[in-house]
Amino acid sequence: MDIQTWTWVLVGITFTLYIGIAIWTRASSTGEFYVAGKGVHPIANGLATAADWMSAASFISMAGLISFSGYDGSVYLMGWTGGYVLLALLLAPYLRKFGKFTVPDFIGDRYYSNVARVVAVVCALIVSFTYVAGQMRGVGLVFSRFLEVDINTGVIIGMFIVLFYAVLGGMKGITYTQVAQYCVLIFAFMVPAIFISIQMTGNPVPQLGFGSSSDGVYLLDKLDGLHRELGFHEYTSGTKSKIDVFFITAALMVGTAGLPHVIVRFFTVKKVSDARKSAGWALLFIAILYTTAPAIAVFARTNMIETVSNKKYTELPDWFSNWETTGLISFDDKNNDGLVQYVADDSVNELTIDKDIMVLANPEIAHLPNWVIALVAAGGLAAALSTAAGLLLVISSSVSHDIIKKIVNPKISDKGELVAARLSAVVAVIIAGWFGINPPDFVAATVALAFGLAAASFFPAIVLGIFHKRMNKEGAIAGMVVGMFFMLYYMMRFKFDWFGGGTKADWWFGVSPEGFGTFAMLINFVVSLIIASFTPKPPKEVQEIVDNIRIPSGAGEAQMH
Amino acid sequence: MDKQHQKKYWKNNLKYLAILLSIWFLVSYVFGIILVDELNTIRIGGFKLGFWFAQQGSIYVFVVLIFVYIKLMNKLDDKYNLEK
Repeated sequence: MDIQTWTWVLVGITFTLYIGIAIWTRASSTGEFYVAGKGVHPIANGLATAADWMSAASFISMAGLISFSGYDGSVYLMGWTGGYVLLALLLAPYLRKFGKFTVPDFIGDRYYSNVARVVAVVCALIVSFTYVAGQMRGVGLVFSRFLEVDINTGVIIGMFIVLFYAVLGGMKGITYTQVAQYCVLIFAFMVPAIFISIQMTGNPVPQLGFGSSSDGVYLLDKLDGLHRELGFHEYTSGTKSKIDVFFITAALMVGTAGLPHVIVRFFTVKKVSDARKSAGWALLFIAILYTTAPAIAVFARTNMIETVSNKKYTELPDWFSNWETTGLISFDDKNNDGLVQYVADDSVNELTIDKDIMVLANPEIAHLPNWVIALVAAGGLAAALSTAAGLLLVISSSVSHDIIKKIVNPKISDKGELVAARLSAVVAVIIAGWFGINPPDFVAATVALAFGLAAASFFPAIVLGIFHKRMNKEGAIAGMVVGMFFMLYYMMRFKFDWFGGGTKADWWFGVSPEGFGTFAMLINFVVSLIIASFTPKPPKEVQEIVDNIRIPSGAGEAQMH
Repeated sequence: MDKQHQKKYWKNNLKYLAILLSIWFLVSYVFGIILVDELNTIRIGGFKLGFWFAQQGSIYVFVVLIFVYIKLMNKLDDKYNLEK
């Protein structure tokens, strides 16, 4: 069978599976819609969290990013895994004990203030919308390359699938589809990686393979050598300053721990010890992909350079022209010698490669069978859809629970709230789809912003809320607002050139906008602590809440209210 | 659970956090970033050690850290008769 048929078959089977699960697990109360009735097994929750967390960016783009940046790419590897240690140790067990439905629930109750609640809702919405736009685009991209439909048609198909199972199933449906999606995506990621590792190094474990030798030379040494030859910096050493690498890694870690769609997954288990366990399982499942990605990066980079560098353009393999038609690879024969010059020097370099194709084209570059190539398409879709669904749930619960139930109309019935939740999910899908079809140019820039904002706003407010009994609403609100303000200012100045713009030389302490979240988080902590020490203590009931969430016993079932 | 026990339980928890988070900081920020060049002079097979910590080792340690924390806390909960 050809690639196209295989892709239709595999995508068809997986989509049917997702829809089947959604029908089987549909939600019948707000408790089920928001937090799956708080009855999810920790391993199932670990699988779901892993799928929820690993987006189109992790699946499709990350290995490519690392492939092109070498050591500098480590910020993503450490940043997007290290955050789970913070989650497991500092947030998840306590938030589960607190036992409500959303992150703004915690902020609003712990800081006894609807102002704090609204600030938290606004942060949650900005973070989630920024993120979801990228996912819908990812769905469109995969469809257009592998099924040869228009990108927009792809986005719309994706919208309908997500709409169906997120609206019908709520958190309960999403959880079990995510379990299935994790299995699909990890299989799709590992199969080509193992094949290529065996091909290049004879070692079936990619994590070991990229430290082994091929033809008597260590693969990494060979790649370093190729890089030096072509004028690139050495693969295993970086170009970014140490302080910047430090700050970006920290911003991604803290941002991960502050992302509402990740935090809310820990509300779905039965008890506090299960929340800890599921964080461990989640990171284990994530680590399988995250330790394989740097191996793929090295394999793909070496393969790619050896296949194209100084080869005749007319004799390049088929995959090259396949990807040329998508515009993701382009060749411009500047010196008209018919050979491909791929070098670091821009004035001589003739080849431009989009980083996204490193994972998607990798199986073709390595001549793997058609079903493996089709599998990668199904895996990319699973990664994008699972993350999109998790984000849409955060958006809909922010609207129906945090705004409608908690602020606008506290008397609304459980049934009414469920209807509101489903309607807001529908609206959110439509907005997300619109962003997917008309992607704003700032999407790439705003993903950094999403992490920065989560780091600058939620993380300090939640950690202080648990570990510092004296923290009051004045301190927390001031900290969140000031942290967000600094983050937005820095991002707008250096990413969008507002407020006079500026170049690398103007960065504060040499920290890039991607790493500024760490800085804004520190400002948040300092402001919160100073303001809190001048303003009244929180009321006695609130101090009791804090005492209570520190003890794991009696976490209770999903609350009906 | 009385106040006295609660305080002791919490102190114990904080001690675990301090130890585990120091290791977390050490393997990623110290080995993977601050001392990466020094560690890169040491090699294990085809890997330079600093590079390996940044792209592999730190992640393995993170996973182990969480499972150690789960174990420690389950023991502590048992000792204080919590979550039965």
